[in-house]
Amino acid sequence: MPGLVHVSTTINGNPTDFLCEPRQSLLEVLRDTLGMTGTKEGCNDGNCGACTVVFDGRIITSCLALAVEAQGKEITTIEGVASPEGLHPVQQAFLENAALQCGICTPGFIVASKALLDREPDADEGRIRHWLAGNLCRCTGYDKIVRAVLDAETKMKA
Amino acid sequence: MEAIEYTTPKTIGEAVAVMAEKGDRARALAGGTDLLVQLRGGRRSADLVVDVKDIPELNQVTYSAAEGLTIGAATPCYQIYQSPEVAAHYPGLVDAASLIGSIQIQGRASLGGNLCNAAPSADAIPPMIAMGGVANIAGPNGNRQLAVEDFCTGPGRNVLEPGEILVSINIPTPAANSGANYLRFIPRNEMDIAVAGVGSAVVLDASGQNFVSARIALASVAPTPVFCREASASLAGKPVSEESIEAAAQLAMADAKPINDMRGTIRQRVHLVGVLTRRTLNTAVKRARGEE
Repeated sequence: MPGLVHVSTTINGNPTDFLCEPRQSLLEVLRDTLGMTGTKEGCNDGNCGACTVVFDGRIITSCLALAVEAQGKEITTIEGVASPEGLHPVQQAFLENAALQCGICTPGFIVASKALLDREPDADEGRIRHWLAGNLCRCTGYDKIVRAVLDAETKMKA
Repeated sequence: MEAIEYTTPKTIGEAVAVMAEKGDRARALAGGTDLLVQLRGGRRSADLVVDVKDIPELNQVTYSAAEGLTIGAATPCYQIYQSPEVAAHYPGLVDAASLIGSIQIQGRASLGGNLCNAAPSADAIPPMIAMGGVANIAGPNGNRQLAVEDFCTGPGRNVLEPGEILVSINIPTPAANSGANYLRFIPRNEMDIAVAGVGSAVVLDASGQNFVSARIALASVAPTPVFCREASASLAGKPVSEESIEAAAQLAMADAKPINDMRGTIRQRVHLVGVLTRRTLNTAVKRARGEE
């Protein structure tokens, strides 16, 4: 059996080292090795978006990356979204708009939504719905989520 | 997923050497959006995963008027559709790269991986065939080139021999007065697998009223992507008209040999090939005329 591999990466701005098996997904290592359980496992095959993280500037599903691929990369997880001063505007807007029910999909939606607004501060509703098509929610019916992202967008521009 | 070994070669030579040594027990890893799902689900197995993303030739997009577009096999979709040169010269490729999976998937998945995975429903393959794409392959016995339409041999199977890797796909510089388009039918707005897909590319004469040549290719209607030779050839020298486009659509429908499955019936898929062939040809003509 192959041995453990030493990986040096940066997670939420912090230099981070871990040991993993090559077969392990980034999601598995984030949750089970590093104890960062904010990133959720939904389908584990790239369909649901619950495990969305930012990987070298692009959102990806962390279930479809090997943890060994994190070597030398910069990763942002849901744990890196809020600042010590308080919640990020996207998180605050999800709360105020009741854009979550069971909450399993929420970290993925917030990471994906923040990535969109960072890139496209004027995204319209159609663009938001298109961008979030890879994040599934079985509770809300999506409208509250889209309203929350539009609300966050307005507040981030104010 | 069963235990694997993992390596990150830095050159094509290193990758070929290690792939040749492990033979069919080695799999190349680009975005992993197909491979990791298959390894986890037991549909493929491997002892060694060869991550090819550190090889410069596999992870870049270059364009020149002389050489055309060269897409490194591991280059993720977003780099394709964010490239100003691709957007300017190859909008038919943007059509496909921007509808594969989700934004998350497009952050990892590559057109080279889409080709190597050889799914009949692969969205990127018909437009690459339509635009005359050529696969650049490296292997232990040297390099070879192959037309994209000759690359897939069956569902999930391709021409690569043990030790060979797909390095890049070259798409020739579009001729003057040319245009291309890819469309697929899915019952949802996003995040689905094509029930049928059609890629079309046309070259018009200077008047914009006549076809000089055309290439049409299909997805999801046969064990491999299909290059429609007769439908393509039927348009050469014909005026751009409802009649000529309808005749090509009928020939494309004759090339569709789909199956009934959970995504669609034979009858629906053949019908869709006709609809999508007409629509993609019309859009390709508009793009060739500079109207879109």
